[in-house]
Amino acid sequence: MDNIIVYLEMEGTTVADVSLELLTKGRKLATQIGCKLEAVAAAADLSKVDAQVFPYGVDTLYKAEDKRLSPYTTLPHSSLLVNLFKEIKPQIALMGATSTGRDLGPRVSSALFSGLTADCTSLEIGDYTDNKSGKEYKGLLYQIRPAFGGNIVATIVNPEHRPQMATVREGVMKKEIVDEAYKGEVVNLDVNKYIPETDYVVSVIDRQMESGKNNLKSSPIIVAGGYGVGSKENFDLLYEFAKELHAEVGASRAAVDAGWVDHDRQIGQTGVTVRPKLYIACGISGQIQHLAGMQESGIIISVNTDPDAPINAVADYVINGSVETVVPKLMKYFKKNSK
Amino acid sequence: MGLNIVVLAKQVPDTRNVGKDAMKEDGTVNRAALPAIFNPEDKNALEQALRLKDRYEGSTVRVLTMGPARAAEIIRESMYRGADGGALLSGREFAGADTLATSYALSCAIKKFGKVDIIVCGRQAIDGDTAQVGPQVAEKLGLPQVTYAEEIVAVEAGQVTVKRRLEKGTELVKAPYPIVITVNGSAAECRSRNAKRVMRFKRAVVPSELNGAEPKYPEVFGRDKALCIDEWGVADIDTKIELLGLSGSPTKVKGIESVSFQAKESKRMTDSDEDIDSLMKELITKNIIG
Repeated sequence: MDNIIVYLEMEGTTVADVSLELLTKGRKLATQIGCKLEAVAAAADLSKVDAQVFPYGVDTLYKAEDKRLSPYTTLPHSSLLVNLFKEIKPQIALMGATSTGRDLGPRVSSALFSGLTADCTSLEIGDYTDNKSGKEYKGLLYQIRPAFGGNIVATIVNPEHRPQMATVREGVMKKEIVDEAYKGEVVNLDVNKYIPETDYVVSVIDRQMESGKNNLKSSPIIVAGGYGVGSKENFDLLYEFAKELHAEVGASRAAVDAGWVDHDRQIGQTGVTVRPKLYIACGISGQIQHLAGMQESGIIISVNTDPDAPINAVADYVINGSVETVVPKLMKYFKKNSK
Repeated sequence: MGLNIVVLAKQVPDTRNVGKDAMKEDGTVNRAALPAIFNPEDKNALEQALRLKDRYEGSTVRVLTMGPARAAEIIRESMYRGADGGALLSGREFAGADTLATSYALSCAIKKFGKVDIIVCGRQAIDGDTAQVGPQVAEKLGLPQVTYAEEIVAVEAGQVTVKRRLEKGTELVKAPYPIVITVNGSAAECRSRNAKRVMRFKRAVVPSELNGAEPKYPEVFGRDKALCIDEWGVADIDTKIELLGLSGSPTKVKGIESVSFQAKESKRMTDSDEDIDSLMKELITKNIIG
């Protein structure tokens, strides 16, 4: 009871990065409030999970192994969590803000009448006083997330209902092994006790997964384009420059909405969060929702015709000029000087 | 085979085009400065519903929205594009609802439509980006769900086949209906308004839009049934009042801050060859690139 539990998203026999990131965060929170860190996994083959998650400081690992649990479908996975949570009564439950977590989380929270906050960018522990009743609550989970298109940041709490649930996007938290030799307990669940037969009504008849189309998250250099790039053709300049630098190409929401770049290259609150060594922002004005996904970059260069573009405030180098003029020059002088 | 389809749609502030006056000095959102629009992904959902109506004769598409009287615009906009009608769920009891209380209210209202085969809505609304209401409505109604749908491929023999667009690929799933389906922005764009339908339905209103005195179209309201958009309050739906609005919301907002980023001292330069040459030299010397 009163522990922190993380739902482990499975890709075949591999635990998703976002789940390991949440275990890292969960471990810190568990240590802070003095409870256990638990994890739950459901899939056809969980033989390799123990070794993957125990080094992150998991005290109890619940395993629901059944071939009908892969690939993920909503109903069986939510019944599993709902019934398990009723039994073990966690105080906090975390899952990735992926298409799986965002499908599963709301369903579970609705069944348990527990609050859920989507896409948190930060999780902290703190106290809360209800303005109306004056009632004080100690050690609640602060679920911090941008709202209103990233123009504000809201701190959400669930004072009365458990578990306090939150989803977090991949890349927002850092993953860190606490102890290679950490040993926790494995609890094998009797799947049929938690999941009724009637839940297996949705069937996945085809699945086409493209693994790792781009390497945005782990690329040390990112060349990103925004609306100021001007056209799909001009984006080719960025691809060319990125190739020279061994970098990846990213984009702002405006460039994605304009149809110049694929959605999977979007950086920002509703896209990927990145922390490259070098971030070159080309024609990106720097709406808050974009800044939220790249502000922790090591060095930021902004190329913009507008000297007052908001992104310039967080940039280390600001080049006042158009993408068409500046990017070819950057490329030219990079080639010249790197020889 | 006629399908009874309900579309859940929301009127939202256009957070994608936020100007400088969008935030008040106290850090709260100045809703008045933001235009109210049809939530983009709900429009994709409407298109999927209309396509089913085109394909399966005898189908109906009705739109349910929750909000103040002006949110009836969403239902009119849907009627211009081919929806049969809908209902506005309105009342101060619903105010202050988080996603769970919203989903509860919507699920109670959906029951008022009678037998429903397919409920579609956008994956998420741009003012919250939570993507929670669809799955929570499904749970409240005890129905299966398919989220992140890009296309409702077929409906036959009590089963729907849906193509889903996920972060890393696509999935084709088959599920029994009644069902809740949430639709992605990557789905087909919504058709445009039909001029004849605009002429016919621009006069459609909910009772509160008449604002008591001086009804704008007194001659039609109450006579031409198609121009009367239903408006439901808390008394019209079977609901537990403590599960609505603020009291039905397990999540509370502790605080809101406007976002500010630590400004750095940046080095400013022009697009001249000399400036860019020296920048590249600097980056290479510092081992940042190269």
